[in-house]
Amino acid sequence: MRRMLLEGLFRRPVTEGSPTVADAEIEALAERLGVAAKARLGRSLSIREVDAGSCNGCELEIHALNNSYYDVERFGLRFVASPRHADLLMVTGPVTANMREGLERTYAATPAPKWVVAVGDCAAGCGVFRKSYAVIGSVSAVIPVDLVIPGCPPEPIDMLKGLIGLVEASARG
Amino acid sequence: MSTLRTALLNAALTIEEQKPWPRITVDADTWRQATLAIAAGNATLAGLWAEPGAVHMAVLDDEDGALMVLTLAAPDGRFPSVGLTHPPAQRLERAIADLHGLIPEGMPDDRRWLDHDRWGVRAPLGAADKVPADGAPYPFLKAEGPPLHQIAVGPVHAGIIEPGHFRFSANGEIVVRLEERLGYVHKGIEGLLADTTLEAAAKVVARVSGDSTVAYSLAFARAAEAALGVAVPQRAVWLRALMAELERLANHLGDIGAICNDAAFALMLAHCGMLREEVLRASKVAFGHRLMMDRIVPAGVASDLSDAAPIKALTARIRQRFPRLVELYDNTASLQNRTVATGHLTPELARRFGTGGPVGRASGRAFDARKAPGYPPYGDLDFKMATREDGDVDARIWVRIDEVYESLELIEQIVDRLPAGPIAYPLAPALRERRVPQAGGLAHEPRDSATEGLAMVEGFRGDVLVWLRTDETGRVLRGAVRDPSVFQWPLLEAAIEGNIVADFPLCNKSFNCSYSGHDL
Repeated sequence: MRRMLLEGLFRRPVTEGSPTVADAEIEALAERLGVAAKARLGRSLSIREVDAGSCNGCELEIHALNNSYYDVERFGLRFVASPRHADLLMVTGPVTANMREGLERTYAATPAPKWVVAVGDCAAGCGVFRKSYAVIGSVSAVIPVDLVIPGCPPEPIDMLKGLIGLVEASARG
Repeated sequence: MSTLRTALLNAALTIEEQKPWPRITVDADTWRQATLAIAAGNATLAGLWAEPGAVHMAVLDDEDGALMVLTLAAPDGRFPSVGLTHPPAQRLERAIADLHGLIPEGMPDDRRWLDHDRWGVRAPLGAADKVPADGAPYPFLKAEGPPLHQIAVGPVHAGIIEPGHFRFSANGEIVVRLEERLGYVHKGIEGLLADTTLEAAAKVVARVSGDSTVAYSLAFARAAEAALGVAVPQRAVWLRALMAELERLANHLGDIGAICNDAAFALMLAHCGMLREEVLRASKVAFGHRLMMDRIVPAGVASDLSDAAPIKALTARIRQRFPRLVELYDNTASLQNRTVATGHLTPELARRFGTGGPVGRASGRAFDARKAPGYPPYGDLDFKMATREDGDVDARIWVRIDEVYESLELIEQIVDRLPAGPIAYPLAPALRERRVPQAGGLAHEPRDSATEGLAMVEGFRGDVLVWLRTDETGRVLRGAVRDPSVFQWPLLEAAIEGNIVADFPLCNKSFNCSYSGHDL
């Protein structure tokens, strides 16, 4: 183990450079959010992930954000265990009837100012599950959504761009 | 053929058009006898599902891995419970009661399972009566006495995982009883597989459990090909296995890291996480999608492998780095202290529940659908089945470690021996041909238009079962899927008993059951 730790110290990190997010996109995002959260949040966001009915594909890729290649924490983005600690909810899946209350209560437990990011095609528009009796609708049918990151599932780099955009937008607010 | 299967075939009222294994319609007495044979351990329950007016039970013959489906008509909406004598069937029967409104007679547990009183409809695939969607409290089983307290966890958990509720009854730190309440991510998949196109059904089945998307697409394609009688080019058969092994490799690497992380050993997660990411990146280069979603389609695959070099480089890199991680795991006493003898699952329970995948194999159940019933190209490939006897968290890690090496071995063999040729046959001409009467048949002879296919495929989590009924144009009339998690979730309740509450995440991760695959 010692050898591994030492090698880790002296080897170049595998972490890749941060993706560029177009300035116009950030401006648009800042305007849409109408944020005045800078004083309270600075350049850091705590994220609570909520699976409201996904197939777990999106969860795999959200997990990947934490690996050494993407290292999401270097941008001040941190996944937290409770909605009470969160500024941001990342919600996946078409909202199932059985998870609706869970999602609503998680949203209610998150202190304001708060944002919601709908992650994946199901969260954005129910994906292949649209016609089911067991599905309420996309995330925006249940709670207000600030940003949509499409994809089935979206790749970690796309999620990273969306989240960095959000941090930048909030810092300008 | 085993005596049980012969006896069942002899007792069949009719034998239906299902490939490659027969489906037989039986009377209630034969149904009961089959149930008793399963409960006595003479065969394994592989699946239980319903359609309006009938229930189907898939039975796995332990001798040769062959399957058989028994069908019992339930015209009055009732059928003799399998769960009465064979507990692994209980949750499946509760799901049948919730979805179809069919009553398993004599079932000891009549609580609703997938139906949380939120759909606004009762028995959505049966009578579909409108009811208020106001949610009902769930009567958890009781564990009472002065020292006991309850801990309620979920459905929203602390990590980035799927939703489900766990109710612990604990005596101090010791778990006396765990009861799971699942169904939160029920998306109505069986309903979405009724009367739809082959393409739409394939997309839904690929999203039953995202981490097993390749296994599900493979099982769906094989069931569809069996039902429709269409062939697959050799190159596609081998590419499918390549994708399946890449999926297994990625998931096992992720799981090994995540289990150790739940014992607070983050170094393993960091290193395994990097290896997993490299598998996903190589998969994207090779097949155009990190999880290889929708890449396996009926009659072939959707993308070809143009260059094998990235895959070869990947296996070489993992072979270089993974052994050191295994050594790290094996030589860290504080980590072993958490995993050895924790969450013990007895071989008897694993066998009784027909538990597949690393969970079953770590408790001595030597079953791997790639070996038996088996499907191409695995018969031409050289690999060993990894099994352990100890049944603890440690054994489940070691089975995954062994399977990482076996998958590397398989990937290298496949890449070296990949046959040339087309990657898919066009489906439309094959289906047109089917509509022409076969030799000897009369042109005006009415043909029974529905045909059925059944397929079992080994995903990283265990055996995935897909059943399809199609018409002659290739339209899907009805479908059912069964995730390996169905027979693993109940055993987590057994494995955690007597462990400390703090070891639950560790035990849970070492099982790594799918919520979405279970809830459907």
